[in-house]
Amino acid sequence: MAKVNALSGRKPRRRISGDLIFKRATLLAALSIPLFVLGSAIELTRGAGEAIRRFGFSFLFQTSWDPVNLKFGALPFIYGTLVSSLLALLIAVPISLGTALFLAEIAPWWLRDPLSFIVELLAAIPSVIFGLWGIFALAPWLRSTAEPALKRTLGFLPFFQGPAYGIGMLAAGLILAIMILPIITSVTRELFLSTPVPLKEGALALGASWWEMVQAVFFPHARSGILGAIILGLGRALGETMAVTMVVGNRPQISLSLFAPGYTIAAVLANEFSEADSNLYLSALIEIGLILFLITLLVNGAARWLIWKSGWAAAKGGSGP
Amino acid sequence: MNRYIALKKRAINRLAQGLCLLALLASIVPLVTILLDALARGGSALSLAFLTELPRPVGESGGGMANAIVGSGILVALASVVGLPLGIFGGIYLAEFGAHRFGHFIRFLADVLSGIPSIVNGIFAYTLLVLPFRHFSATAGGFALGLMMIPTVARTTEELILRVPTTLREGALALGIPYWKMVLRVVVRSVRGGILTGILLAIARIMGETAPLLFTSFGNPFWSFNVFEPISALPLQIFNYALSPFDEWHAQAWAGALVLITIVLGLNLVSRLIMRFSK
Repeated sequence: MAKVNALSGRKPRRRISGDLIFKRATLLAALSIPLFVLGSAIELTRGAGEAIRRFGFSFLFQTSWDPVNLKFGALPFIYGTLVSSLLALLIAVPISLGTALFLAEIAPWWLRDPLSFIVELLAAIPSVIFGLWGIFALAPWLRSTAEPALKRTLGFLPFFQGPAYGIGMLAAGLILAIMILPIITSVTRELFLSTPVPLKEGALALGASWWEMVQAVFFPHARSGILGAIILGLGRALGETMAVTMVVGNRPQISLSLFAPGYTIAAVLANEFSEADSNLYLSALIEIGLILFLITLLVNGAARWLIWKSGWAAAKGGSGP
Repeated sequence: MNRYIALKKRAINRLAQGLCLLALLASIVPLVTILLDALARGGSALSLAFLTELPRPVGESGGGMANAIVGSGILVALASVVGLPLGIFGGIYLAEFGAHRFGHFIRFLADVLSGIPSIVNGIFAYTLLVLPFRHFSATAGGFALGLMMIPTVARTTEELILRVPTTLREGALALGIPYWKMVLRVVVRSVRGGILTGILLAIARIMGETAPLLFTSFGNPFWSFNVFEPISALPLQIFNYALSPFDEWHAQAWAGALVLITIVLGLNLVSRLIMRFSK
């Protein structure tokens, strides 16, 4: 915008105008976003200070969690968070990709929007209701049907041994998988829909079958975006609280078996935060929260970066019709 | 030989498409079973008393979650006071003045922020508004929920404003009104249906949030209209009842779940309708 007056050639006198006030006011509102991130980082670090000074790095590797004797180690929670989230990805990614492909390519035209809407509705269900359903529907089914069946067929693996409680890591992974399905599906579907038509036509014209076309065009085109979507799903899974708290079993132990109960970072915060009766206990919990904050900040940052990059590539390189 | 290859190709094709269909079914089945379960188990426990009465102590049958339903409404109102102005004006800034590095940075942070676990917001609100006063309060819960609204509302507002045709802006400016009036009275006005949709979706999302309330608004078995006192919320009550050892409370939890699902899915459907009609 020209800041110089065309007639006099001088800069106009600066006065407080409505426009300036408007700009400043909206800027202030927008600044709440970085302020929020910064504020969280500062407050969490401050709150965790006592535990950080007391335990140092050993906090991350200690396995005992004993509020009575004020011994705190976060390893079981970190382990449980990572295992349940990875398990969720293992289940959710193939299903999401298949669903996205079906919605973008295979479904008849009139069914695409309604089906996409139904899949997205799954994302609207509150976490606590997944948990409720997990306790009273999923866990009993796992205990009576799925886990005995897994034990019979794959029982030689260390992951499927031990008593079947229903409640445990497997239940947490399954619930998480269901919860992150919609986000991975909808991002991937958008990416598939943005695949340039000439590329598809070219592959088909060269004699590729539909599946070969998908492999040769769709997946390479959307690769970094799909990776972004998966990492986005991972971020959700890492921080998901209520549903996991309700089905994971809440026992701070490290066990190879997926049938065994475990614990996650978010779950221990949900269960113990309001009961922390000493400063060090509270500080240790806040430090666990700080770890979760930093991990999810990193994971979500990476995911967004990948999706943006993929989107830009599509916008720039898309020699569309 | 060629015939064999063609057949093999076709078989693999069919197999892949069949697997995609299976994947779709696998992602729809959970939703359907959850909804049916909530209808079956919640429907039988739902009654007028559930919607109008306070929770009863253990052992007494009956009672309801009226205070939790009202509490959720109060929390959403408090959250809106924090989240809506900041979100909408922040979105206006990003759309109108945010085409530079700093704007991209805020945009990126907003996207990242929407993926930060809500329980972390709860800790933030706890250290700011609970710890200094040594007292749980509805305000702290509303603040935590309001923070969650900012990024989504801001990004929705921004995307809507960017879609407003330039001719509309030019027409308004040509009539001589100042820039800020043009933005508020013409541009934002023309997308208010979309912004309302975004707000409803944000409300639907925080309405079901439990984690940030556990140690901010905390819960309360009685009526409470004081924003500086602990307050109950529907998802909190569902959580507490679900983990209790009493069958009666389990049934109540399911009834609460049915009410919550109805509200949340209702908000989603209404926002869809608004979007369709405002187009």
